[in-house]
Amino acid sequence: MTTMTAQTTQVYSVFVRATPEQVWDAITKPEFTQQYFYGARIEVRDGRRFAAVGDTEWDEEVLEEDPPHKLVHGWISAYDSELAAEAQSRVTWEIQPQDGGVTKLTVVHDQLEGAPKTAESVAGGWMYVLSGLKTLLETGRPLAG
Amino acid sequence: MTFRSRKIGRVDDDLVFKALADPTRRHLLDRLFERDGRTLTELESELEMTRFGVMKHLRVLEDAGLVVTRREGREKLHFLNPVPIRLVHDRWIDKYTEHRVAALADLKHELEETA
Repeated sequence: MTTMTAQTTQVYSVFVRATPEQVWDAITKPEFTQQYFYGARIEVRDGRRFAAVGDTEWDEEVLEEDPPHKLVHGWISAYDSELAAEAQSRVTWEIQPQDGGVTKLTVVHDQLEGAPKTAESVAGGWMYVLSGLKTLLETGRPLAG
Repeated sequence: MTFRSRKIGRVDDDLVFKALADPTRRHLLDRLFERDGRTLTELESELEMTRFGVMKHLRVLEDAGLVVTRREGREKLHFLNPVPIRLVHDRWIDKYTEHRVAALADLKHELEETA
């Protein structure tokens, strides 16, 4: 079995057949996020990013908000008691329209130096989230399973 | 690959499979898997290939969405983007073959246990 040190800067990108506005709504409104983000209800408003998973609720600071192009916010893994104790990291969402009704969505999760367990745990998570977001926007249905 | 398809930015399974069908490009992905966010110069130093050759392979990987570049100061860093592989997995492995793969994996496990 191979092992690796989790990267302190992680980049994930996906092309979605949707408009930048649709992608923006999908990442800032709870009725969308709960369908692909591990059931989390996430809402960006008043300069904060509010999240709720089951009984756990928390919020993170929004560092930059430029709809429908860019969203930067702090990341705290409050959904897991062990990870929650780690330092805050940063997540940047970049939404870039391409020709032909396609939008490129890039997630950069960085400043993970103080959060090694989070760095390890989110790697597979972002793949799942972006895959689910693409499916939801293109088919109107969440990923099966 | 045509300019048009690159311009549209449609990354489909074809581009991913083509990009993965070359040992040098798989090697580049493995290097990025070990350590992400590398410059062209760093990647080039680990391959017996011209800078131009490495650039060409990186371009194919980038077009397929498997590599994403970001500027940091004066440097252009290359990051492995695993999402297209995940999408290929979701489409081809999950949908058609998961049960069979699982059955074979179980069989292998069982045979190795009893061996």
